[in-house]
Amino acid sequence: MINKVFNSAEEAIADVWDGSTILFGGFGGAGLPYEIIYALYRQGAKEITAVSNNPGYHEEGIAKLIAHDRISKLLCSFPVQKDSYVFREKFNQGKVDLELIPQGTLAERIRAGGAGIEAFYTPTGVGTEIAEGKDEQEFDGIPCILEKAIKGDFAFIKAKKADRWGNLVYNKSGRNFNPVMAMAGKITIAEVDEIVEVGELDPESIVTPGVFVQRVVKRS
Amino acid sequence: MDKRRLTREQIAKRIAKELREGDVINLGIGIPVLVSNFVSPESEYIYHSEQGVLGMGSLAEPHEADPDLVNASKEPVTLVPGGSFSHSADSFAMVRGKHIDVAILGGMQVSENGDLANWKVKDVGLGGIGGAMDIAIGAKSVYVAMTHTNKDGGPKIVKKLDYPVTALNCVSTIFTDMAVIEVTRDGLVLKEIAPGFTAEEVQKATEPKLILSPNLKEIAIS
Repeated sequence: MINKVFNSAEEAIADVWDGSTILFGGFGGAGLPYEIIYALYRQGAKEITAVSNNPGYHEEGIAKLIAHDRISKLLCSFPVQKDSYVFREKFNQGKVDLELIPQGTLAERIRAGGAGIEAFYTPTGVGTEIAEGKDEQEFDGIPCILEKAIKGDFAFIKAKKADRWGNLVYNKSGRNFNPVMAMAGKITIAEVDEIVEVGELDPESIVTPGVFVQRVVKRS
Repeated sequence: MDKRRLTREQIAKRIAKELREGDVINLGIGIPVLVSNFVSPESEYIYHSEQGVLGMGSLAEPHEADPDLVNASKEPVTLVPGGSFSHSADSFAMVRGKHIDVAILGGMQVSENGDLANWKVKDVGLGGIGGAMDIAIGAKSVYVAMTHTNKDGGPKIVKKLDYPVTALNCVSTIFTDMAVIEVTRDGLVLKEIAPGFTAEEVQKATEPKLILSPNLKEIAIS
C-alpha cells in the first residue's frame, strides 16, 4: 500500500540537513505551510538556502528562521514588505544573502527545475540590474536573458486536501507557488488541512498529481 | 482659468476611459487600483492579480475574508463569478505570454523611449521587484499613472532614466496630473493637457521635447 502520510510535522521534516536548499510555498500568508516551517525551526537545521516569494512578516513563517540565523541565503522577489523588518535587519548585518528575482522568472525557474528544463531565455529583466552577468540573446528580434532552473532538496508546501498517494487540491490563491515547488523539490512535503480516501478527489480537479509529492502531513 | 493639477482620482478616472469591455487588466498599487472605481459597473472587465487570481472582485468584507484569497498587496479580496485560480507559473504565463491587455502601473520615471522605472528609488540597498518587471514587459499596453513632477518639482519624464530600470521600451501612454502623453516611435506626443495649463507649461515640466498632437485637447475631468 502506498502511504505518504506522516503522523507529525516533526517526523515529516526530521531528515532536513544543514546546508539544504528548501523551496517554501506561499504568497505572504496565503498558502504558507506554517506548521512544517515551525517544526523545522524546532529541529534546528541551519545554513539553509531558502526560496520564497517573500521573507515573512514580523517573526512569522520563514521570518522566524531568518530571525534565528537559520537561513544563509534567500531567493526572493519581494523582500521589502513593511513588516519584513527581520529580513531587512539580518540583510543589513550581512547575516543573510539575497538573490532578487522577478516574480514571474522565479515561478518559471522553479517550474523549469521540476520539468527537466535546465535553463531558458526570457525578456523579463533585460536592461535591468537583474541582467548583470547573464547571457543575452535575441530571439525573433526580442532581447532575452538566460535564466537557470531552481531545484530544491526539499519543498515545503501547503494544500487544502490530500490523499495518501499525495494527490493535492488547493484553496483559492493559496495555490500560488505551491504546485511548481512540489514539482521542483526532490522531497516535497505537503502540509494539508484534510486527508481524504484515495479516489475521493475528483481526478479532473487534482492540481498536483501525487507523483510530485513524497510526504503529506495534516495540519493540527 | 483655474490652473489645477488633476487629483489622483481624476487621473484614475481619465485612465478608466481607455478601457474596453472584456479587457484583461492588471492594476498596480497606488493610483492604478483606483481605476476600477471609475469603470462602468454594467460592463465586464477581468482583473488579473499576480498571485494567481483571474476575475478578482472588490476587497472582501470582514465576514467573507479568506486568508487564502488575497490581492497583490495581501489584502483579502473576492472572486467574481467566472473567476479562476492558477499557480504562480501559469499566472505569469498569462503575463509574459502577452495575454494581459492592459497593465496600469505607477511610475517613478519614464524615459523618452518608454523605459520605465518604478521598483526602487535611487541609492537604496534593498528593493522589491515582485511582478513589476514581468508585467511591464508582458502586457500588451502599459499605462503609467504618476505625478508629472517629483517632490522637488523636477521632471519625472526624462531623456534617460537615472532610477533603477524596471523594463525598456514598455510604456504605451503616460497619464499624469498635467497631461496625457503617448510614447511613439517618433517621440513623446502630447495629446491632452490638464485644464488651465498650456503646452509650454507642460513642456517646461518635461525633460524631453514633446511633439504636439494635431488633436491636442483639454483632459475631460467631469
